[in-house]
Amino acid sequence: MTMIFGVPMQALFGQLLLGLINGSFYAILSLGLAIIFGLLNIINFTHGAQYMMGAFVAWMLLNYAGIGYWWALLLAPLAVGLFGVIMERLLIARLYKLDHLYGLLLTFGLALIIQGLFRNEYGVSGLPYAIPSELSGGQRLPFMFLPNYRGWVVVASLVVCLATWLVIEKTKLGAYLRAATENPTLVQAFGVNVPLLLTLTYGFGVALAAFAGVLAAPVYSVNPNMGADIIIVVFAVVVIGGMGSILGSIITGFTLGLIEGLTKVFYPEASSTVIFVIMVLVLLVKPAGLFGRTA
Amino acid sequence: MLKRLLLAGAAGALMTAAAQAQTPVKIGVLNDRSGVYADISGEGSVVAARMAVEDFKAAEKGLKVEIVSADHQNKPDVGASLARQWYDRDGVDVILDVPTSSVALAISQVTREKNKAFVNSGAGTADLTGAQCSPNTVHWTYDTVALANGTGGAMVKRGGNTWFFLTADYAFGQALQRDTTAVVTKNGGKVVGSVKTPFPTADFSSFLLQAQGSGAKVIGLANAGGDTINAIKQAAEFGITEGGQAIAGLLVFSSDVHSLTPKVAQGLVLTEPFYWDLNDATRAFSDRFAKTFNGKKPTAVQAGVYGGVIHYLKAVEALKSAKDGGQVIAKMKELPTDDPLFGKGTIRPDGRKIHDMYLFEVKKPGESKDPWDLYKTLATIPGNEAFRPMSEGGCPLVGKS
Amino acid sequence: MAHSAATASDDASPIAAALPEGKDAKAFHRMVFIGIAVALAVLPLILYPVFLMKVLCFALFALAFNLLLGYGGLLSFGHAAYFGMASYISAYGAKHWGLTPELAILAGTLTAALLGLVFGALAIRRQGIYFSMITLALAQMVFFFSLQAKFTGGEDGIQAVPRGHLFGVISLADDRVLYALVALIFFAGLLLIYRIIHSPFGQVLKAIRDNEPRAISLGYRANQYKLAVFVLSTTLAGVAGATKAIVFQLASLTDVHWSMSGEVVLMTLVGGMGTVFGPILGSFVIIAMENYLAQFGAWVTIIQGVVFVVCVLLFREGIVGLFARLLKKPL
Repeated sequence: MTMIFGVPMQALFGQLLLGLINGSFYAILSLGLAIIFGLLNIINFTHGAQYMMGAFVAWMLLNYAGIGYWWALLLAPLAVGLFGVIMERLLIARLYKLDHLYGLLLTFGLALIIQGLFRNEYGVSGLPYAIPSELSGGQRLPFMFLPNYRGWVVVASLVVCLATWLVIEKTKLGAYLRAATENPTLVQAFGVNVPLLLTLTYGFGVALAAFAGVLAAPVYSVNPNMGADIIIVVFAVVVIGGMGSILGSIITGFTLGLIEGLTKVFYPEASSTVIFVIMVLVLLVKPAGLFGRTA
Repeated sequence: MLKRLLLAGAAGALMTAAAQAQTPVKIGVLNDRSGVYADISGEGSVVAARMAVEDFKAAEKGLKVEIVSADHQNKPDVGASLARQWYDRDGVDVILDVPTSSVALAISQVTREKNKAFVNSGAGTADLTGAQCSPNTVHWTYDTVALANGTGGAMVKRGGNTWFFLTADYAFGQALQRDTTAVVTKNGGKVVGSVKTPFPTADFSSFLLQAQGSGAKVIGLANAGGDTINAIKQAAEFGITEGGQAIAGLLVFSSDVHSLTPKVAQGLVLTEPFYWDLNDATRAFSDRFAKTFNGKKPTAVQAGVYGGVIHYLKAVEALKSAKDGGQVIAKMKELPTDDPLFGKGTIRPDGRKIHDMYLFEVKKPGESKDPWDLYKTLATIPGNEAFRPMSEGGCPLVGKS
Repeated sequence: MAHSAATASDDASPIAAALPEGKDAKAFHRMVFIGIAVALAVLPLILYPVFLMKVLCFALFALAFNLLLGYGGLLSFGHAAYFGMASYISAYGAKHWGLTPELAILAGTLTAALLGLVFGALAIRRQGIYFSMITLALAQMVFFFSLQAKFTGGEDGIQAVPRGHLFGVISLADDRVLYALVALIFFAGLLLIYRIIHSPFGQVLKAIRDNEPRAISLGYRANQYKLAVFVLSTTLAGVAGATKAIVFQLASLTDVHWSMSGEVVLMTLVGGMGTVFGPILGSFVIIAMENYLAQFGAWVTIIQGVVFVVCVLLFREGIVGLFARLLKKPL
């Protein structure tokens, strides 16, 4: 068997694939974060809590209304997205003219509140959520056993990320969005309802987080703290990709998943720290991140 | 005349009652109420403490018991400063529960400094009755060595003689791995590998793949809380158990298994000192507990708080005072323990409470009749075999006595 | 740096920047200092001294942080690293090298200063949010190091640190004696920070904060000033952390965790960014909340969250900032 640094080639393939799967979560989450930052100039620290809400709404739909995974994949993002819209209208909209710091602090406070409320209601051990029967089981690849569900995660996230990217880059709506990012006053002058655009964008970014939450529900523990740890990592992904860069966040999300996967083989203890090492290196070499533009 | 006698008698009765109600006891339940151990301990431990005070009939026995509680957030400095304030300012006599080893060790030190009493239920570190033992501390429910003994020994005896560890990269994870390794090798087994995982970790698939690749018969989970739950959930997803490897949880509680459901956790082998469905006494207690606590059954840690409070009050009753914590703890060690949940037992000079431990296997979905019907008992490990012998703990108190 | 150039400056300290500081203000500040000194002497009679010592340690930490944010315009997300490392070294020195408390605190402080020098040199090369992210990332590495290194004792931390004898003579075992020392350290730190802010150096800092290109065109080497204030801030954060280790006889991972970095931001925000005295009140409020709300269990984080939200929405200038506006005097 071919060995690379003492690790069999085949095992390495498996690890890379798993890294890619984890990268899928990073990609969807950081995409939402990047869109929100790009347009609203808000660092959405509530993103982790909204990801958690997505998973919980899926659980609630199943247990209170008997609605299964596939509908949850659609309904949970809608519900959480709506929640985001309300949040934006009531709270975040007041902060647009202020420094980043305030948006960050506000959303951080909101994350604490949301997580605390869920914790009081549902405890911390987590809730069970089964893999949908259509996707149970797995494929025996030459180098590993791949659960069908994990394959689905990669496909679903690639589709969502690409679709989002296409909408933003290739449609008229996307053109408005990009224009509003560049110069909101001018776009407003052209008769586009910029505040509405901002609200909807925030709702969409939040819905993406919730979508990731539903995807995660069958494989990760559905508990109120599930978003608290991932948010810092996703944050780092967005910064590395370049704040506000759509394509950057997608590519960086997947890439960092791969790098993290490799770290788990060669230096597992450091696998949650490696992202920060990369962040420092990237920022020192490229001040605005890999895909960001320096003005 | 008769009337006067009656009056005098009544007054006398009143006076004795008043005299009896003179021993005030203030119990502080200090645990995690918002973090990873909130379901294992948390509010449930306070419920258990309250039930213990009721069941002990403290008021009739002349004890005026008051219970306070707080959240230490799993931070040693928060825990230590709360404990200081409780002892110095609020007149707390005893602290109970305290999950999270780092916080427990800190509280043990503060308690010793202030000569109060500390009855730990929630923490795992065997250092509490080992190198860092204290004349003011009793370690009630379990410790990592006992869990390792139970699960490690039993798995090897059932043929699981090669092990691979997924170890949380924290001191408690490494302690679990170290203790289990010792038991496994002593029983003729072998550890073929291990991987240190950052704590907390959400995705264990990569580590599980490494464990799978090692070919070990047993995958030992030396982690806790959400990490254990994630690891077990993903092990089921990756078909680890179907592939012939067994999963051994080294620090798993019934609330974790309840959250996982038997469908996901089936076949998991673990050790606990308590399970609600052990016998009539535990069932009766657990039903009462569930009625006051949203239908949840007590965990071992919560049961330990109950047992600890009963025995503590027994010692205070004998001494008629809770003020000298060291004396109360000495009395606790002197008296034999007996409560409905842990049965008869003793407390060793090093502070280790001795009772039986149980080896459980998580039922298959077909066997489980309701959401709390989780375990079948594989073996009972007698108290004298379950815990680390006092001579091996290195507790300085033992040398003196 | 389109949006990130608009650093914390414009909004962070509208009060301090807006009001001219005349003789009047100086006399007023003297009164405030006397008031604080009196409070330091009287409060231990009313409140629990250990609680007060905790407040003072965090107040000094928040003051140090605010020096960087409020007057340097630099938002560090990684201040826990300096606070925590100082706390580790101080605890280790007192416990294993047998250092006397003042030497242990000094050792911790020097560590924080050195760390600040290295990290600061890297971080100040970027601005705005990127500066914050570099400080966060570096702090995460310090956390990883603290977790891996043997001497820190993993998550158990360094426990049973002796309080020892000050200068080898005065025993600190009594809470009141220790309190006197902590109060002294705190007051000295406060005076130092006040001096820094009102020195020519402080004036240049404010100029850089408000308009960096202009300051540079006036001939000031902005980066040297930024590095200097960064190191000053980490050094003082180190004093706070090192003292805390002696007070609580404990140094643990909590002190280097990123939530500690968040906590100090919260304290500064509640008290009033860019006000001299705001962080003191802010840390008092936050620590008091943590202490007295602990019995409400899981509600603590919810209440903290509400405080965050209310602060951001209703009084961004913080409690002291609000006072300053009402009194029409810089505080």
